[in-house]
Amino acid sequence: MAVETEIVEIAVRTIGVSGAATLLAALWGIPLGIILGLKRFRGRRVIVGFFNAMMGLPAVALGLLLYLLFSQSGPLGFLHLLYTPLAIVLGQAVLITPITVSFTTSTIEAIDPEIKDLATTLGASETEASMAVLKESIGGVLLAVAASFNRAIAELGVAIMVGGNLRGLTRVLTTSIALETTRAELDLGIALTIILLVIVFAVNASVNMLQSKVRSWLWK
Amino acid sequence: MRNKGIGVWFAVIVVTVLVSVLGTTYFFGVGPFEQRRTKLVVSTTTSLYDTGLLDVIEVQFEEQYVIDVYFISAGTGIAIEYAMRGDADLILVHSPLHELVFLEDGYGVCRKIIAYNFFSIVGFAADPANISGTILTQALTRIVDAGREGEVAWVSRGDNSGTHTKEKSLWSIAGFDWNELRNEDWYMESGLGMGKTLLIADEKMAYTLADIGTYLKYYTDGLVSLEVLIEQVPDMINVYSAIAVNKNYNPQANFDAAITFIKYLASTDGQQLLADYGKITYGRSLFFPAVQLLAQNTDPTLTQWIEDYAYFNGEECPVEYQDDHPELYR
Repeated sequence: MAVETEIVEIAVRTIGVSGAATLLAALWGIPLGIILGLKRFRGRRVIVGFFNAMMGLPAVALGLLLYLLFSQSGPLGFLHLLYTPLAIVLGQAVLITPITVSFTTSTIEAIDPEIKDLATTLGASETEASMAVLKESIGGVLLAVAASFNRAIAELGVAIMVGGNLRGLTRVLTTSIALETTRAELDLGIALTIILLVIVFAVNASVNMLQSKVRSWLWK
Repeated sequence: MRNKGIGVWFAVIVVTVLVSVLGTTYFFGVGPFEQRRTKLVVSTTTSLYDTGLLDVIEVQFEEQYVIDVYFISAGTGIAIEYAMRGDADLILVHSPLHELVFLEDGYGVCRKIIAYNFFSIVGFAADPANISGTILTQALTRIVDAGREGEVAWVSRGDNSGTHTKEKSLWSIAGFDWNELRNEDWYMESGLGMGKTLLIADEKMAYTLADIGTYLKYYTDGLVSLEVLIEQVPDMINVYSAIAVNKNYNPQANFDAAITFIKYLASTDGQQLLADYGKITYGRSLFFPAVQLLAQNTDPTLTQWIEDYAYFNGEECPVEYQDDHPELYR
């Protein structure tokens, strides 16, 4: 395989893996973030604090825990997930869930008092008032998703520990950069870094555009 | 009422999590839904992988067999740990001490010595400890003496790799206790791979023990200016072996593919590939084929060095660990 095709393959795999992880984290993280932002219940502060703290979890520490979990002799070894792209997807999804949840929660919290009160004053029901808050917070939620993707695509620890950096199977951009650096192929390492940055910038620019589109559509 | 609402929300989340995990699993076609293909996971040492040799071997092997080979590159210590945990089918390492334990504890069978080369002591051309041209024990003694006077430094891998294990054994050959040396000021431990350790040695103007493959790569690319000061002496020999994971220990290991791969590495094709690797780029071989040398004793001195260093009770693989594959040793 030519180096170029291999790099393209790695870049595509990276987008797929981190994209899937971001979608998974969004699927469970956004609803959770909305509950934490809108509802008031006992223990809520503790949960919010927990997710805030977990944003600081080092990827390599999570990678080690997941390795022990997915390893053949670990509790989930029978799933044969170790050294598969799916293992990285799941690991990154867990890694970025706190970001999705915390950003969503805080964006809703920031809006809650004014809009909700206003909507209720204008005769809206509890549900309608909540919907108004959600509409207003859509920009923040998209930012939560973008930030999660950024963290997923930029992390190395999970990808290397549960992915194993297997050529043609689980090699992603960050693990390639690490490998090429130890192989003294610094030029290739820089090239891969540029590709990674281009992907990150492109995705974040698209999210920005999407944000204004969605907002105008929602309030039409 | 409000609490009931929360309960429903959490139920929704749990269902979403389950559906999305199973959905992705199915989508990626792996995990429980995986179509079993012949896949061979080899955990190997960085000194083999980082040179690029294994990529070349992989391409040729996969052309000839319907087996997908995947390499996990790590230090010898962790490479063996992966195999012990059942996460690899074969190990490709260079640490006879670790290998013997791996066989004795029942984790591995069918050890085959594949290749050898030499470790080198590298350092600055100025050679402040004046070790060039001396014998190994004298060189190490001079480094320790000059180090204690604060004139030179030593950088160790410190990562339980094959190279690190070798370094510890060299200190003991020279009559030093590594556990004492490591507490001295001039003795640094990087805890990193060979390449990064070479870069540190270069930066600190220190001496280090290097495998020749990684060193030549870094030297040829102009990343380090360290020179080889001691090489090609018996105690510096570096022997690479392949060991299959014992199917009695881990029935899930892909044992047949592991044996196929070992046989390929030991075949004329595999050995030729190994011997030629690096000749064009570095002007010399990085690894030397060991199979024919040991089988036919083409160079008695070298054979003796390898036997002294890497044989167990006078054998490449004692018969109790041959697992009904004596043809590997004919």
